[in-house]
Amino acid sequence: MNKIPLAIETENITRYFKDVKAVNGISLKIETGGVYGILGPNGAGKTTLIRMLATLLNPTSGSGKVMGYDIVTEKETIRRLVSLTGQFASVDEDLTGLENLLLLAKLLGYSGKNAKKRALELLSGFGLTDAAKRQVKTYSGGMRRRLDIAASIVVRPALIFLDEPTTGLDPRSRNQVWDIIRSLVADGTTVLLTTQYLDEADQLAGKIAVIDHGKVIAEGTPSQLKASVGSNVLRLHINDASEVEKAHHIIAHNMNLDVQTNSDPYLLTIQTENVSAATSLITEITSAGIEISRFSLGQPSLDEVFLALTGKSVEEENVD
Amino acid sequence: MLLAHGARPKPINAITASLIFGWRALLKIKHVPEQLFDVTAFPIMFTLLFTYMFGGAIAGSTEEYLQYLLPGILAQTVVMITMYTGVAVNNDIRKGVFDRFRSLPVWQPSVLVGALLGDAARYTISSSIVIGLGMILGFKPEGGFIGVFFAVALLLVFSFSLSWIWTSIGFIARSQESLFFLSFVVLFPLTFASNIFVDPETMPSWLEAFVNVNPVTWLVTAMRGLIHGVPDVESIGIVLIISATLVGIFGPITMFLFRNKK
Repeated sequence: MNKIPLAIETENITRYFKDVKAVNGISLKIETGGVYGILGPNGAGKTTLIRMLATLLNPTSGSGKVMGYDIVTEKETIRRLVSLTGQFASVDEDLTGLENLLLLAKLLGYSGKNAKKRALELLSGFGLTDAAKRQVKTYSGGMRRRLDIAASIVVRPALIFLDEPTTGLDPRSRNQVWDIIRSLVADGTTVLLTTQYLDEADQLAGKIAVIDHGKVIAEGTPSQLKASVGSNVLRLHINDASEVEKAHHIIAHNMNLDVQTNSDPYLLTIQTENVSAATSLITEITSAGIEISRFSLGQPSLDEVFLALTGKSVEEENVD
Repeated sequence: MLLAHGARPKPINAITASLIFGWRALLKIKHVPEQLFDVTAFPIMFTLLFTYMFGGAIAGSTEEYLQYLLPGILAQTVVMITMYTGVAVNNDIRKGVFDRFRSLPVWQPSVLVGALLGDAARYTISSSIVIGLGMILGFKPEGGFIGVFFAVALLLVFSFSLSWIWTSIGFIARSQESLFFLSFVVLFPLTFASNIFVDPETMPSWLEAFVNVNPVTWLVTAMRGLIHGVPDVESIGIVLIISATLVGIFGPITMFLFRNKK
């Protein structure tokens, strides 16, 4: 049988830290090519999972393979095939951008001249030529991230791990990072991305696993996931808290729609089919004399995905 | 477009990897020259302070005492600053950069060996300052340049080996404060309860017993011999054995901690 090995395959992989089950039995099969997204809130086990797959941490039990090689017994081989961009910029802040890339290029076996050539090529590809000779500590968050990703592709990896590559970035830097990820994939690399944003996973990933408390709670394409949550969410902010109850009643009983209350006492979220359903709902509420301070219609947030999948909000999860 | 094309370069060997990490340490000195403050201020302070404070009382004259003291001050200065190796490791692991190094296909200890090679540069600067200042104050090494050279070489070997204790502690210590505290608890007895300042024969017998087994005492005896032109094979041999033992014990411990750092 001539089968292309899976990029990642895990069998019931777990990792405990003392009594904390950071990763609690995850089985995944990830094919090569494209972006695979791992979506989950803080502390769901995303980073621990990635660190195990990048051979930085051994699993407590279960097994894992990356590009067909075992993550415990074949670490060296895997390290030649993958690269990791950790959640905190894994570049040396005291050195300049150019020196950081030179250091890695040399460690990966480029000779002096070729190392410099590759480093300059990457700096220009990532729009960092002007900052090449500045210490990284003077870089903005977005520049640091770009340098970090550049550092991950000094040699061509078969698989790149990106751990929350856009957390803490402004929207413009976030778009730049997204473009970089898209061009890496177009060039034939497989990307395993973790994120806290459904929106990001939706933009980039072909397939998503939602994880929580160290377990996969849902897996599928972005459209499958959104379908399971309801594609549109209407968020209504009621002006007067005392009228929230009344609005809730109208929507749930008179209109027979699924409505949820939130930690914000003024906010109601409603699954709606489409824009016209949303408009008629708003008309209904206002004609009942309830004042709406603002509303928005859009994709469900991670919190709402969680609410739909687990029946709990992310905040409640964190309290547990 | 961003990805490298063509064949991937061949992996590098352990020595090349260590030298490249040594280059990183030198780059850090270039960008953060303040870190040389400890290797320059310590030796100047120690040499002047102890020569003039103890010289008259212990040896009758400062110039005479300097001949006895200087090899010891040299050892003390460098042994004291080995703890900054631990501080540097502790700093590095709290940033993400260690994760990147650990996921590279290179000989893993090279990250630390390279850092220690960079430290050797700092130790050499320190040694030069102590010897230079000593010469200005009237220190005359009878063993000449060669004697001094070998004494410093032996000191570097010992310090390189001792540094592995600090790299291990650097991984364990929760904060720099605890690291500083721990290193002073170790380094003060090690350097002061030795033959650096006074002849151990003047000490009470229990203290003399400790001083005589103190590795720093052996180191200083060996260095004095080399610097003053009367090399003592026994002490040199013992220092080398102690050094090998330190690397033999703390090297693997450091690497275990390095691999298993969460």
